[in-house]
Amino acid sequence: MAEAIIAENVTKDFVLRRHKTFKKMTVAKMRGQQTVDRFNAVNDVSFTIQQGESVGLMGLNGSGKSTLLKVISGVMKPNKGTLLTRGRIAGLIATGAGFQSQLSGLENIYLNAAIYGLNESETKAVLDEIIDFADIGQFIDQPVGTYSSGMTSRLGFAIAVHVDCDIFLADEILAVGDKPFKRKCMTKMEQIRDSGKTIVYVSHAAASVQAMCDRVICLEKGRLIFDGDVDEGIRILNYGDDNDGEELAMDDAMLGADV
Amino acid sequence: MSEATASPLPSMVAPSSSMGLLSVFKRRYLLKLLVQREIAARYEQSFLGFLWSYINPLTQFFIYWYIMGTIMGAHKTIDNYPVHVFSGLVIVHFFTETFGAGTRSIVRNKSLVQKMPLPAEMFPVAAMLVSLWHVLPQMAILLVVCILTGWHPDLGTLIGGLMALAILMIMGTALALIFSVANVFWRDFGSLVGILTNFVRFGCTMIYSYDMLAQHAGHLKWLVLGNPIAVACMLFQRAFWALSTDNPAQTLRTQFPAHLYHQGAIALAASIALLLIAQWFFSKFEARIPEQI
Repeated sequence: MAEAIIAENVTKDFVLRRHKTFKKMTVAKMRGQQTVDRFNAVNDVSFTIQQGESVGLMGLNGSGKSTLLKVISGVMKPNKGTLLTRGRIAGLIATGAGFQSQLSGLENIYLNAAIYGLNESETKAVLDEIIDFADIGQFIDQPVGTYSSGMTSRLGFAIAVHVDCDIFLADEILAVGDKPFKRKCMTKMEQIRDSGKTIVYVSHAAASVQAMCDRVICLEKGRLIFDGDVDEGIRILNYGDDNDGEELAMDDAMLGADV
Repeated sequence: MSEATASPLPSMVAPSSSMGLLSVFKRRYLLKLLVQREIAARYEQSFLGFLWSYINPLTQFFIYWYIMGTIMGAHKTIDNYPVHVFSGLVIVHFFTETFGAGTRSIVRNKSLVQKMPLPAEMFPVAAMLVSLWHVLPQMAILLVVCILTGWHPDLGTLIGGLMALAILMIMGTALALIFSVANVFWRDFGSLVGILTNFVRFGCTMIYSYDMLAQHAGHLKWLVLGNPIAVACMLFQRAFWALSTDNPAQTLRTQFPAHLYHQGAIALAASIALLLIAQWFFSKFEARIPEQI
């Protein structure tokens, strides 16, 4: 089987500047305040994901999961190390897609699909399915800026799952949206997994990772601390604790994202 | 998975791999969507809508026409002065609009830049194309005015007009690339654009003629002649205004530098060089855009 994602010593640093104008920066310098923060979000992470694997990415808030996902998706470049992927990548990063708030939902579908690499006819072919799946009624013609956070992520998820991709990235998809929609998302994700696509799934909900993934990668403060069996990864992160005893009571526990 | 083994596997690539401006032109469909969307969105929720992109040059035109033409007496010294101003304004406004909108383009598209992998060069290029789109109706007005004032186009109209547009498309894109990424790091660059735009406006032979410049400015005239934007402006005036004056032959002799087309070629080459520098600058800082924006 071929590799889908290869990460070798991937490191991503952020230089966080506190000031956006020369004036503020000069004032801060004169007061002797720090003007830049260096922050190491992902530190020397290496792994290989095979095609068709579905891998959970776990860790506490701020452990570098979303940054790593951004590097995999191509939004960010690693400072050091290399990251290679095979095929088209689609998915949601950091709850909600990149939408243009002045544009209507429909226009955003075309735009997002084009960014994923679909052409006009490919988009038209899946347009009805996307609108059906998002199920946001007449809001589809309204500017996305007027959407609730739930509606935004419904539309984003609907677009992402209908792109014929090779690698599917899902970040906290269950954090927003009501229960019926979460259930629909899980079913769709399982379909994607069963169709042999590679999935990288970020979630804090241990039970949903157990249901979706056959491997987990755990991050702590940007470092990879565990790569392997799902249950053991969850145990290492102590995620099981909050589900005491009924860890595998799939239904509600799995759908509820403890964020 | 059977599908995956049947068709040849795509090769492993860095997902962020970008070939700069080349990848923009490889993804023309996405560029088209961004341009259409920008045309629709630039004056969205404003009562007069796209008319704003004509009101701005038109008000400038009337100010120059009245203050410079009537009060300062340019109508008497420059033949067919309104066309002199307007032909310069059309092309200079194309540049300033590209520069301004291009500089803001990446910050304006923050939500996309942070979450979707697409070459960030898309936004300044789209801003330039939107401004180019806005030039078209202004060109129509210019043509009508020229014809009404007795315009006899020649081959130089076509060559000079296209050369002027090419210089400013390239130069505008280059500066938009540099300033759009700089604006992500320092919002000051957004304000700087307004000042530079003013210099550009007065640094072109638009409200004054080349003849006046040559008489009064001495060696400073090279500041104008060495500026590709001013050269583009003169090429455009050569194409439209000069040929609508009473004595085109005399106008061409007295109101333009001796080797205008040579200067046009140099300006074009300089713009291309600037575009290459801009691409280098952009690629250098591009990787930090999503985290800094």
